Amino acid sequence: MIAALVLTASLNGTVVIGSKMDVEGQVLGELFAQVIEATGEATVERRFAMGGTAIVFAALDSGAIDLFPEYSGTLAHVVLRDPTASDFDDIKRRTEARGYLVGPALGFNNTYGLGLKRETARRLGVTRVSELVRHAGLRAGFSPEFFAGAFGWPAVQRRYGLTAEARSMDHVIAYTAMAEGEIDLTDVYTTDAVIAQQDLVVLEDDQHVFSRYEGLALAKADFATRFPKSWAALQVLAGQLTDEKMIELNGRAQLRREPASIIARDVLVGFSLGVHQPVPATRPSTERRWWALTVEHLSLVGVSLLASLLVGLPLGILAARRRWLRQLVVGAAGVLQTVPAIALLCFLIPAFGVGRGAALAALFLYGLLPIVRGVVTGVESIDPALLEVATVLGLPPLQRLVRIELPLASVAILNGVQLSAVTGVGTATIAALIGAGGYGSLIITGLSLNDLSLVMAGAAPSAVMALAMSLGLDLVTRFVVPRGLRARQ
Amino acid sequence: MAGIELEHVDVSFGSTGVLSQVTLSLEAGKTHVLLGPSGCGKSTVLRVLLGLVTPTRGAVRLAGEAVSTLSRATIAARVGYVVQSGGLFPHLTVRQNVALAGQALDRSLAHPVEALCAQVGLGAELLERIPAELSGGQRQRVALARALALDAPVLLLDEPLGAVDPLLRAELQDELRALFRRTAKTVLFVTHDLAEAAFFADTITVMNAGRVEQHGPTNEVLAAPATPFVSRFLSSQRALHRVGP
Repeated sequence: MIAALVLTASLNGTVVIGSKMDVEGQVLGELFAQVIEATGEATVERRFAMGGTAIVFAALDSGAIDLFPEYSGTLAHVVLRDPTASDFDDIKRRTEARGYLVGPALGFNNTYGLGLKRETARRLGVTRVSELVRHAGLRAGFSPEFFAGAFGWPAVQRRYGLTAEARSMDHVIAYTAMAEGEIDLTDVYTTDAVIAQQDLVVLEDDQHVFSRYEGLALAKADFATRFPKSWAALQVLAGQLTDEKMIELNGRAQLRREPASIIARDVLVGFSLGVHQPVPATRPSTERRWWALTVEHLSLVGVSLLASLLVGLPLGILAARRRWLRQLVVGAAGVLQTVPAIALLCFLIPAFGVGRGAALAALFLYGLLPIVRGVVTGVESIDPALLEVATVLGLPPLQRLVRIELPLASVAILNGVQLSAVTGVGTATIAALIGAGGYGSLIITGLSLNDLSLVMAGAAPSAVMALAMSLGLDLVTRFVVPRGLRARQ
Repeated sequence: MAGIELEHVDVSFGSTGVLSQVTLSLEAGKTHVLLGPSGCGKSTVLRVLLGLVTPTRGAVRLAGEAVSTLSRATIAARVGYVVQSGGLFPHLTVRQNVALAGQALDRSLAHPVEALCAQVGLGAELLERIPAELSGGQRQRVALARALALDAPVLLLDEPLGAVDPLLRAELQDELRALFRRTAKTVLFVTHDLAEAAFFADTITVMNAGRVEQHGPTNEVLAAPATPFVSRFLSSQRALHRVGP
């Protein structure tokens, strides 16, 4: 199936470009997109803000995306598993030996740093990381990958002998927490425009713990043969983006809210990219109108709910008849429910690709348990005397099911559907992490821009939709549940 | 000919014996009453006749044919069944409840639903109601109409008046007895009430602890209890019903 996807993509001449959640990744992804579009070799599908490193790698390896912006230091840790690798050419050679294609070094080094408020730095009298040893009671909030990754906090602790009290939290939330005075110290990306905006001090890494994280384009090995012009054109970007330039571009995206398409177009002005001019920029997801997101969100929930119902109903009926099957199904669905959505999405990418496919599969699986449980509860709660009468009256099994059992179980079944729908609306926001759209894309963009009003703009309609779903299904219940059973609700 | 026959029937669920060596031969076209205390196995006899319970040992026949060889559809066409709770489907109207068996088996009803209901004293204005909108007595009438819908020659009633209040009960008893005589069905009526049994029965079978204690014409059983249990059971119920000195 994956091979088929790759084949289709190449026949159609479409390059799928992904990116992680951060703003820089989206700007770089858009830059790659416009360079490739300018060659006229392929159309470009943008799958930006797909979540973390694990998700984009899963997407690349499965062929769901063709290209995404990455960093040399990440390749050293994730692909080579060799934290000592630091030379770009060495990392490129060894990564390509593993079936990847490493694009040009774009010119900037977006490494990690430890940042704190200027006044805190002044008060403590620190300019270098090693000086933190004198201040044991510091509170730190680190992004999850920095907190746990061998290259990050563990390495800093070991090398510098630091003992700060550290917690793992979203990168953007850490900035907010620092502004609120909840934490003293966080990890920063050195090309992050927020450093200047929030007047943070980045401490000098005087023991050289942090690797270099040079921006680059990462593809699978066959990309250059599938899209030779595109790959050649991307080399134009080599060395074009200095640290200062990248900070400026990030600032335009993050602080001034300029669409990545405009930023990328400005960068490419003056580049010789062949006969084609850069195509007019597509509108970035942040500006998509809310109804488009509503349709996306609703269709994610609707389609997955329908699938859950189509599978869950017969499965529940069988489970109500066979004890072993009931234990198996309810047990398995229960275990599935405990798998965090983001992890489940990650597992499903190889089979379903990135975007809607994996998101629908995950929502379908989550939606199954409440429905199966509703059906089992409903069927099992039917008065056995009534079922006996149905048998005595000579109703064949199918008629007994359709005319007696399902109507009598309808209240419990609809309760299950309702639960499944309402939780589905909430879970669907996470699908935006793998580029499946919906209200979650506002939440993610809001998080990456440190814009809580944007987060709210995604969260509020999602809550309203859940409520509307619930009320809508109450209404359906009135029509579907037979008159004689309604009083029992 | 015997309408209903049981021969040395044993029924046990796991290690618990429910029926033991039950032998009965009930004449067709008559009303027979199974009498006994709760849990004595009366209802199990009905369930064996309906093919819902398979005996561990022994033979069960309806009009000479072994129940085990009959399909569910055949049993449905030959046996009408009324339970104490009525067993009406709460989501179906009176009309739908009564017509269900005919639709399920794709057979035409013995009479139109209106006539079936009229036969048990239900007016046409009740046909579109659901069970929750009926009185207890009306519900039992619907259950009876449903049991008569396919004109089955055998009618099994499991304490059909057990949950009906006393005044109405007397009225329904009169109607039922008239109906049994008029239709000449083979009726097996389960009750633990001696007065009710004496009122209906051509024959009475007294059961205790899964065994038949005594079987015979009503007068004979009432006049000459065959075992100490029957004697005790009858006298305890007579005391209950005796009015005055």
